[in-house]
Amino acid sequence: MATATEPTSPLIGAPVKRVEDPRLITGAARFLDDVRLTGLAHVAVLRSPYAHARIRGIDTSAAAAAPGVLGVYTGKDFEHLSPLPCAWQAGGVENHVATPRALEIDKVTFTGAAVAAVVAETPEAAEEALGLVEVDWEPLDVVVDPLRAVEEGAPQIHEAAPGNVCMEWECGDAEATASALDGADVVVRQRLVNQRLIPTAIEPRGAIGQYEPTAGQYTVWMTSQAPHVMRLLMTAFVFGIPETKMRCISPQVGGGFGSKIFLYPEYVLVAALAEKVGRPVKWVESRRENYVATTHGRDHVTDLEVGARRDGTITALRARTWANLGGTLSTIAPGIPTTLYGRMLSGAYRIPAIHCRVVGVYTNTGMVDAYRGAGRPEATYVVERAVDLVARELDLDPAEVRRRNFVPPEAFPYDPGILNGLSYDSGEYAATLDRALKLVDYESLRREQEAARGEGRYLGIGLSSYVEMCGVAPSAWIGTVGEGWGAGLWESANVRVHLTGKVVVTTGSQSHGQGHETTMAQVVAHELGVPLEDVTVEHSDTQGTPFGYGTYGSRSGAVGTVALYNGVRRVKEKARRLAAHMLEANVDDMVYEDGRIFVKGSPEKAKSIQEIAAAAAVAYDLPEGEEPFLDETAYYDPPNCTFPFGTHIAVVEVDADTGEVKLRRYVAVDDVGRVINPLIVDGQVHGGIAQGVAQALWEGAVYDEDGQLLTASLLEYGVPRADFFPPFEVERTETPTDVNPLGVKGAGETGTIASTPAVVNAVVDALAPLGIAHLDMPLTPERVWRAMQGARTGA
Amino acid sequence: MLGLSDEGGGVALIAVTVNGERREAEVEPRQLLVYFVREQLGLTGTNVGCDTSSCGACTVLLDGAAVKSCTVLAVQADGAEVTTIEGLSRDGELHPVQQAFWDQHGLQCGFCTPGMIITAADLLAGNPDPGDDEIRHALEGNLCRCTGYENIVRAVRQAAQAMR
Repeated sequence: MATATEPTSPLIGAPVKRVEDPRLITGAARFLDDVRLTGLAHVAVLRSPYAHARIRGIDTSAAAAAPGVLGVYTGKDFEHLSPLPCAWQAGGVENHVATPRALEIDKVTFTGAAVAAVVAETPEAAEEALGLVEVDWEPLDVVVDPLRAVEEGAPQIHEAAPGNVCMEWECGDAEATASALDGADVVVRQRLVNQRLIPTAIEPRGAIGQYEPTAGQYTVWMTSQAPHVMRLLMTAFVFGIPETKMRCISPQVGGGFGSKIFLYPEYVLVAALAEKVGRPVKWVESRRENYVATTHGRDHVTDLEVGARRDGTITALRARTWANLGGTLSTIAPGIPTTLYGRMLSGAYRIPAIHCRVVGVYTNTGMVDAYRGAGRPEATYVVERAVDLVARELDLDPAEVRRRNFVPPEAFPYDPGILNGLSYDSGEYAATLDRALKLVDYESLRREQEAARGEGRYLGIGLSSYVEMCGVAPSAWIGTVGEGWGAGLWESANVRVHLTGKVVVTTGSQSHGQGHETTMAQVVAHELGVPLEDVTVEHSDTQGTPFGYGTYGSRSGAVGTVALYNGVRRVKEKARRLAAHMLEANVDDMVYEDGRIFVKGSPEKAKSIQEIAAAAAVAYDLPEGEEPFLDETAYYDPPNCTFPFGTHIAVVEVDADTGEVKLRRYVAVDDVGRVINPLIVDGQVHGGIAQGVAQALWEGAVYDEDGQLLTASLLEYGVPRADFFPPFEVERTETPTDVNPLGVKGAGETGTIASTPAVVNAVVDALAPLGIAHLDMPLTPERVWRAMQGARTGA
Repeated sequence: MLGLSDEGGGVALIAVTVNGERREAEVEPRQLLVYFVREQLGLTGTNVGCDTSSCGACTVLLDGAAVKSCTVLAVQADGAEVTTIEGLSRDGELHPVQQAFWDQHGLQCGFCTPGMIITAADLLAGNPDPGDDEIRHALEGNLCRCTGYENIVRAVRQAAQAMR
């Protein structure tokens, strides 16, 4: 029987096929490179071949004279534009900010920095003219390793950042942690390298600029996860114009994984160039440009110390981390290794003493910023390796060490002491461990491992029990309590029920693969009691959608969709008032159920939401003081983040002769709170697992000592293929959160966060008979083979 | 990005049957098939994701065989039949591979999807009942960053069953 909140066919929780797919599977979708404009000219960007160099001068005359060229521009042409802003100045970074300009003027600090731009009639003509631009370079000494960069005598990259230190940040209690480590039965120390990754969205970045001189109006199409924020940053901080003078549009966006959150030089450039040449201009990066000039992720070196009692109870954790931020600061770079990393170092465990110190370092490498998980994978890697190191040291089962240290269900909300006032919302951590162990048949696997070892085979089982932080918001926390974020982090939505009963919702959130048009429509249709196909979700254009901070940090469900839900609730309230008027009843007696509103106890005498929408639109007979139309806007700023959790288990076999790691099985039990669309959530988990496993086994950006990126194409960088993976075995538990009324937590990053340590733990477990307790990623055959050889020969 | 100089110059007249329709065009000898399809014919469903023939986003059928259209010159397609993602569905009916990608949530951002679907269609044309390993092997020239390939494999399995 239906209730007021549960329609007969609940859409929330249903595996609804995505409404965005028909255009994507037929080739009808319009990605950035598919946008067609009259008079479109094409931009090619000249990039620095040096990692660190002064620009003595640039001669553009030959390029400007080349066929089809409309203009050649250097940084001096855009001196009036400010450098790009750094919007998350965590760790007191403000005195040490060095951000890119649209085109660099005096100096470059990484290979791939933009120094000149050619505008031409065709992409080919622009590309060819690039070779005619003469730059007089003065190469400078280069440093790429963050630990070398902070040593005395290292090349200095930015005058404002002595010793190449961008920021220093800490959390936790240094003294308590030192004394807890002193008093521990065992202390395990390990240096952990969390290597640099290249996000590699399959759609490269691109931008189109258009300028309308009579109105002084810019339009910028861009491959962005956050068009509203891009407009804010470009107008307020770079161009110095009101936001009303710029419209930003994200067309269909082909993946981002964080790399498309940020304000990049080229977005500013296309707007400025469109104004200069008086025509719309387009720039689309090549894959090589994507690798050298789009942001990278991770790149931490951490010295870990973990103290424990003999029974496996962890008593202290200390992490000292050097975070490589690259040659200039990307938009939110300082926030990643601080707020999103250090504050999550308690993991899923009660650790009474934690201290983390982070040094953010400039080096002559590409920019590093948020990449799927953004800080939380790095934290989870530290914590989950720490647990396994303790288990190894004490010869305990890693599953039991996890269980012994879990935050128990009765402890929620749980304050780990390092979250600057926030608390973990809800959790049943052991339930996911138990389920994952059962799914993988842990005891049989351990027996099989024992037998395999007898045959000289290296079978490994790796666990990872994680907790992460989603729905990144409370503005009052991240903006004002010292986390250094330069704005709020709320979301907004507008819900409009048209005369015909069709519903249009606009959101400031942005979809680049997550399926907002489906999940948001599910929530609206479910709550309003209208058919799913009657709901249209509009997004990604600053003209016509309310402001939003964008899609990243798994926040579109826990923040953006909740704003929408609150808008729908307001529509329902107004509908109840109108129905009461139409039925001549008391509004307090009105029941809203399955799209019908009736007097309690008299469901046969009802008004449908469509009838009410029509009545509200024609407005012939409205109650006293009521405005026409069902049209409500809501802003939502959550009181807390949400904290999904789970346990992943990887089973690997390492080839004794070649060192090749074969992933045999992968089991994931995640708890992302209430699930709106299980089809989509599973898809997010699958993709996340693939990316996290890839970090463990295959991917890693490599710079040589001159600052040249050696992994600058898909031929060198190990993006995994279909045949690299076994089927993923994915299950869920569902523990709602009371942080938001939908009970949702966030599902976009769990897979990436959990899987990397699960796989590394599995490989290290496999190699335990050789006495190997740790290996740094990626665990390529060469690296594993060398470690095995070293262990066997005692080298 | 497009690299080659056009020294030697000139244009070639080619005739290609694209999605069942005969198209004649003048192309530069260096013109790649993918840009011919995208820019000259306006069929933008075929995407470009790399410059090393690695990602497979640009895959089309050339005389029935899946090829990376960034690695074929337009002049090489003279006299041939080309099928792009826009030509896969017939009479408003989705191709079984398209339908299966939709049913199984075999796509997220959708950028690799046209190439992935074309490659899967090519596989199933020659092997009506592939095992999972065969499916994964057949797709190894097409990169997807969103799905972890799990639902793509499921989609190809569904399509195989539907087409048998």
